[in-house]
Amino acid sequence: MMKNRISQIRSMLESKEISCTELTKKYLAAIDAENNSFHAFTTICETEALATAAKVDRRIAEGEKLMPLEGIPMSLKDNICTKDIVTSCCSKMLEDFVPIYDATVWAALKASNAVLLGKTNLDEFAMGSSSETSVCGGTLNPYSKDHVAGGSSGGSACAVAKNMSVYSLGSDTGGSVRQPSSFCGVVGLKPTFGAVSRYGAISYASSFDQIGPITASVDDAAEVFNAISFYDEMDATSDPKTKKVDLTKLDGNVRGMKIGVIREFFENGVKPGVLSAVNNSIKTLSDAGAEIVVLSMPDIKYAVPVYYILACAEASSNLGRFDGIRYGYKTDSYSNINEMIVKTRSEGFGKEVKRRILLGTYVLSSGYYDAYYKKAQAMRAAIKQAFSGAFAKVDAIIAPTVPTTAFKNGFTESDPIEAYMNDICTVPANIAGLPAISVPCGMDGALPVGAQLIGNRFCEQTILNIAKAIEQSIKF
Amino acid sequence: MVIYMKYELVAGLETHIELSTKTKLFCGCTTEFGGEQNAHCCPICIGLPGTLPKINGAAIDYTIMAGLATNCEISLYSRMDRKNYVYPDLPKAYQVSQFDFPLCKNGFIELSSGKKIRINRIHLEEDAGKLVHKNGDVYVDYNRGCIPLIEVVTEPDFRSADEILEYIEKLRLTIKNIGVSDCKMQEGSMRCDVNISVRPFGAEKFGTRTEIKNMNSITFIGKAIEYEYARQCELLDEGGKVVQETLHYIESENITTSARDKEDAQDYRYFPEPDIVPIVTTAKRVEELRQSLPENPFVRMVRFESDYGIAAEDAKIIVRYKLIADFFEDSVKNIKSPRNAANLIISSLFRRMPTETEKEDFSYRIDAAHFNELLTLLDEGKLSANQAKTLFEKMLDENKSPHAYLTEADLTAPDDGEIEKLCRDAVDNNQKSVEDYKAGKDKALQVLVGYVMKATKGKCDGALVKETILKMIS
Repeated sequence: MMKNRISQIRSMLESKEISCTELTKKYLAAIDAENNSFHAFTTICETEALATAAKVDRRIAEGEKLMPLEGIPMSLKDNICTKDIVTSCCSKMLEDFVPIYDATVWAALKASNAVLLGKTNLDEFAMGSSSETSVCGGTLNPYSKDHVAGGSSGGSACAVAKNMSVYSLGSDTGGSVRQPSSFCGVVGLKPTFGAVSRYGAISYASSFDQIGPITASVDDAAEVFNAISFYDEMDATSDPKTKKVDLTKLDGNVRGMKIGVIREFFENGVKPGVLSAVNNSIKTLSDAGAEIVVLSMPDIKYAVPVYYILACAEASSNLGRFDGIRYGYKTDSYSNINEMIVKTRSEGFGKEVKRRILLGTYVLSSGYYDAYYKKAQAMRAAIKQAFSGAFAKVDAIIAPTVPTTAFKNGFTESDPIEAYMNDICTVPANIAGLPAISVPCGMDGALPVGAQLIGNRFCEQTILNIAKAIEQSIKF
Repeated sequence: MVIYMKYELVAGLETHIELSTKTKLFCGCTTEFGGEQNAHCCPICIGLPGTLPKINGAAIDYTIMAGLATNCEISLYSRMDRKNYVYPDLPKAYQVSQFDFPLCKNGFIELSSGKKIRINRIHLEEDAGKLVHKNGDVYVDYNRGCIPLIEVVTEPDFRSADEILEYIEKLRLTIKNIGVSDCKMQEGSMRCDVNISVRPFGAEKFGTRTEIKNMNSITFIGKAIEYEYARQCELLDEGGKVVQETLHYIESENITTSARDKEDAQDYRYFPEPDIVPIVTTAKRVEELRQSLPENPFVRMVRFESDYGIAAEDAKIIVRYKLIADFFEDSVKNIKSPRNAANLIISSLFRRMPTETEKEDFSYRIDAAHFNELLTLLDEGKLSANQAKTLFEKMLDENKSPHAYLTEADLTAPDDGEIEKLCRDAVDNNQKSVEDYKAGKDKALQVLVGYVMKATKGKCDGALVKETILKMIS
């Protein structure tokens, strides 16, 4: 199957080379064959998928023109609310939670008859970088079962890499779309904060969270982005300035573009194999006529602590609502309301979620607020400022997506701090609310490497175009 | 209030007022009082996972209006914050409130003594739900949850319970007058927390304060303050120490008890609400809102006295009810003696609306135009005060023009010749009274005047009759 799956499938459907039902069954069969070993899906929506496929086939038979993404089999990370379908965040806390509303992104896709194959695995409440904190167990890397798919949107990345899903929507708070995309050799786009509605995506850290597409190609990423990016009055942080990508101008031409290389992204800890793959991409871009500009951004070294302080602070508040009173898991035995809440939360949340709630509660506590939260906010502003300065000089910034390739199974639990530090290249874009994409740029042994492009606010077009130039130069 | 000679009361007030927006602060649910339990709820106001708040612009406007009506500065940059605490009536485990960037600050309300009670801030926040205890079980009703509230916080400027009660009444009238809340204390849409401490007279340093929470009756607020003031004074006199704590006032026993909810030890972990963008207001918008405000009732009261020549007491009682004051002003257009209108409103109309709510809602059907006709007749001397009153009562029964009850003859006042003739009759037929008057009994003159008034059914000028009779007998 070709890289640009969406346009290919659309023409197959339009030419009646395959019916939507046949296509959907093919994908369901792939899930059936692969999911037991990779754990990409947590819920499979066979009945719903086939019902939508039948509807699409009827419309095709009636000679109706297909809507964007109509009839394309896809999946959603299991923290995106789907009406009448369990949305568990892969937590015991929400194991049986069935929303009575659709997330805005899913409502939009559903309206154009997207075929939902199922919900994909994630680290519990999107907290983690291996998908191993999921109550359903970790998702395995499509290139090596000894390695993780990454996280937190590991299920989505694996599903796309193994072609169990044409595309998938993940969420990216500190790299959760880009990092697993890098690990699984697929494309992952985190849009500008405010470009895609967060309504219905179960919050981890509100000022960082952004839903984004995970796809097999840059063109596919652009198409999905266009379908989910629009102003939504249900999300106060949704921004009317969001711009759709002009697909006709997505040609991979980078001549005359200025692309920044921030020195700090390439220092300490970047694995040699990753470094050489990303350097190859830089050379490719330079050869294609882009000007490479070396920059320094010393504050980047604070990005990881800034991210973990602020994201955990927001998480500690966002996750306060899970008390067993209205929905979700509730402990069996208790003698009073306080005990009920304490036991429910102690039993319902996993270790990593508790760790982040504790951390967040601590940094917001009186006496520590100024030392942690306030300082981190000031540093967040400084990092935003540093990026503004950089974008006065360059059109985009290139960096590794992750300093390493996929972790060995069990690594993140054995060394959580080291795992946190591995987010160094992805968290800056979330801190500054910038769009960023991970695109496969080579292999390090048996495992894929991703190159990351970070753009200015609402410049998705620019980073997609540069990513396309890299994509065109790579043969997997 | 019993004044303990040694100690001065120092108090500050936090008043929560529910705004009367049609919908809640972050969703489209109705703010109506009552309703079946949890009927006025949706995924957003019960904070289901994934939902996000959408701020109600009217609530922001209403808060700014409240600030303008209480002489506050309006912040052009303001922000919502999260106040984190766990309680079953708080479905998100945080209340969206305002911490360091409130919408309004540095205002005041002036008491009748001329003393200004400083308002530190007015901020906007969401209300919580309510616990319902039934058959030994506890249920939660979220209907009230997410209704917009403002919290008006004063400086510790009060030195007596009377000052506090006057302030509450002024604040209530001011807020009600601009229409941003019904301020119904009995329905809990206005509730007060009082901070109280005492200190020796002359001392500068404040004593340790206690806070009495959640009171919604003026009478009980007065009693609670008196009780707590006395309790603290006696405690200090006995050599004890006041403990900083939160108290509840038990109305039935007239005592305060410790709330024992560790409220004072709570760490709310405030931080900026990331789901709501900062509230940016323009100076132009603030000015538009300022222009839209109705006249302040206390300014109106002074104007009623000077423009209409009505007594201060009457002006005060009429401006208290905005709709009635509006009715008064509509009725007295081109009327020479607006006093007549004030008298009739207070003596007759008020009696038909015995409760405060009825007067505040002014539910009585009476047209200002009809009332104006009646007042014109009085101005022209075609009706006596008594007749006007009787007629007004009929009008209140049926909401008709006074002309519907009057014949041509009723309205024809006797001419001077006729009056002269009647006065002569009065003197001739009441010789005893004439002699009494001459003997120094001034009251006897009333009998003579009364004779004429009775004969004309009060349709003539009493002063003129008196003058005519005096001329005849002296």
